[in-house]
Amino acid sequence: MSSGLSTQNPGLQKVFDKPDLLLTTQHSLCPGCGEPVALRTILELIQEMALRDRTICVCGIGCYTAFPGIIDIDVQQALHGRAPSVATGVKRVLPDAFVFTLQGDGDMVSEGLQEVIHTAARGEQVTAVLLNNGVFGETGGHMTTTSVLGQHTKTSVGGRSVEKHGHPIKISELIASLDGVAYVARGAMHTPAAIKWTKQCLRDAFQSQLDGKGFSLVEILTMCPTDWFVPPEAGPEWLEKNLQPTYPLRVIKAT
Amino acid sequence: MGARVLMEGSQALAEAAVQAGCRFYAGYPITPSTEILEYMSVRLPQVNGVCMNAESEIEAIGMVWGAAGCGVRAMTASTGQGISLMQESFAELANAQIPVVVVNMCRGQGDYFQSTRGGGHGDYRFIVLSPSSAQEAADLTMQAFDVAEKWRNPVMIMGDFLLSHTSELVEFHPHDEQGLGPKAWATTGAKGRKAITLSPLGPSEKLSTNVASALANVIGKHPDIKKHEVRVDTGFVDDAELVVVAFGFPGRFVKYAVRLAREQGLRVGYIRPISLWPFPSAAVVQAAAHAKAFAVFELNAGQMIEDVQLAVRGSTPVVAIGGISHDHSGFGVGPLLNVEYILQRIHDVYPRKGSTT
Repeated sequence: MSSGLSTQNPGLQKVFDKPDLLLTTQHSLCPGCGEPVALRTILELIQEMALRDRTICVCGIGCYTAFPGIIDIDVQQALHGRAPSVATGVKRVLPDAFVFTLQGDGDMVSEGLQEVIHTAARGEQVTAVLLNNGVFGETGGHMTTTSVLGQHTKTSVGGRSVEKHGHPIKISELIASLDGVAYVARGAMHTPAAIKWTKQCLRDAFQSQLDGKGFSLVEILTMCPTDWFVPPEAGPEWLEKNLQPTYPLRVIKAT
Repeated sequence: MGARVLMEGSQALAEAAVQAGCRFYAGYPITPSTEILEYMSVRLPQVNGVCMNAESEIEAIGMVWGAAGCGVRAMTASTGQGISLMQESFAELANAQIPVVVVNMCRGQGDYFQSTRGGGHGDYRFIVLSPSSAQEAADLTMQAFDVAEKWRNPVMIMGDFLLSHTSELVEFHPHDEQGLGPKAWATTGAKGRKAITLSPLGPSEKLSTNVASALANVIGKHPDIKKHEVRVDTGFVDDAELVVVAFGFPGRFVKYAVRLAREQGLRVGYIRPISLWPFPSAAVVQAAAHAKAFAVFELNAGQMIEDVQLAVRGSTPVVAIGGISHDHSGFGVGPLLNVEYILQRIHDVYPRKGSTT
């Protein structure tokens, strides 16, 4: 890390640092949260693909709304659910820009479902990044439409049930069914292997936009130990046991 | 002097927008604003602009938000119902200081409160301009883009069914399409400069937490806007016993009725607010120095009348002579839009010796 152990010490070699595009390592998210890991992965890629100078991020509303102020790329802060439409306006007037959205599951799948579907069907040349933890994290642990069956939240006490709450929406499979969509994959941030694999998915999604192939979506399962009511270190295992059966990690569409 | 062209008000407004440099439009069809969408879908591609068939009004304003946030002049239009759907974005566009232009072709004039107070949350304001003819619609639309950019505040043009659908001769005055200069606030990709955040939630500088200062900028300009953006048309006010206040297309009916009343020997004047916010309170106050009464003609249950009452502060009686005026389609072109009726109402409320209004 940029702070902590001195790299001036002879014999020590720096092998890991924050991405240059991350302006500070200070953020307000909880210990064990998967969203900062996703942000780091995205920023690394933008740096590696040399996209910084033409990137515009359109950010939704959730815990990750803390990110725009700490990243060295242009950001338009959109309202809850509205990022795909705002990104549409951005990309249509700046067709050479690299445009990606950052939304949570409450933002994209609950509040903004119509917007993401239409944006995908129009084949807008933007990349949507969904940070899916199956819960409204920022409000403090309430059921979203992607909360899995059996998941306990403050508004599905004792567990989400089909009778009371209906079924979760698998947004990636839904979006992949639409013409105009070039690439859809679902990754996760709970293990180094998953992070590495998800980074490749993001790279492929970004490249499909650069190649003008159409709309791309990368859904990323992220830990929310605070609102899953487990200790931070238990987050990765909780994700694998509870989210992954409903949301398997895979490339759903590639063209 | 340019050629005069016969156009519907909605078309004149749309053409003026293009000539003022508007290069992005997103809209959803709704009577009586649809003709603007129709016109833009043909016209904007001719100038390398973009017109989007948005799938809802909510998405229309979102798209316009994104385009305008990149520094491109952008506009949407709808009518009251669709404008209601956009309110959340309106409030936050003002907070993000993104200079969009929004057109509301109202049904009747029932959206005065919606336009001037706003249905959204918080302390935002829209600058609201109300044309009474196709020519004025064209002129105000061109100004609207400059005004929006100057203040970094959204501007609304409040029209109505008659304005939208009445064909009149219009002349387009040449407009500087370059806008008001570089837009340092626009997101364009941060090539060669520091990156920025364009947000309704706080400052554009990275790592800044000065939210209070950012929001103070948003509302801090309201007094200056009130000072500089008042537009009003007045006539026969100097010796008027009765002053009739009306806006938009019905304001033209009132001007005609006032002239007829003058011919009949009544000392009647008119005030036609062109900017609804900021409201031309000073013109009302000036007239109130000698007028014995104000009459407000508006096609709603009584909305602008509150601004007239606020201006006179109880010094002069203010009476409503308009009302809800619906045709069978509910588009607000009903029996009250009639010069003879308005003239009769002026006679009814004209202050006479020994009478109170």
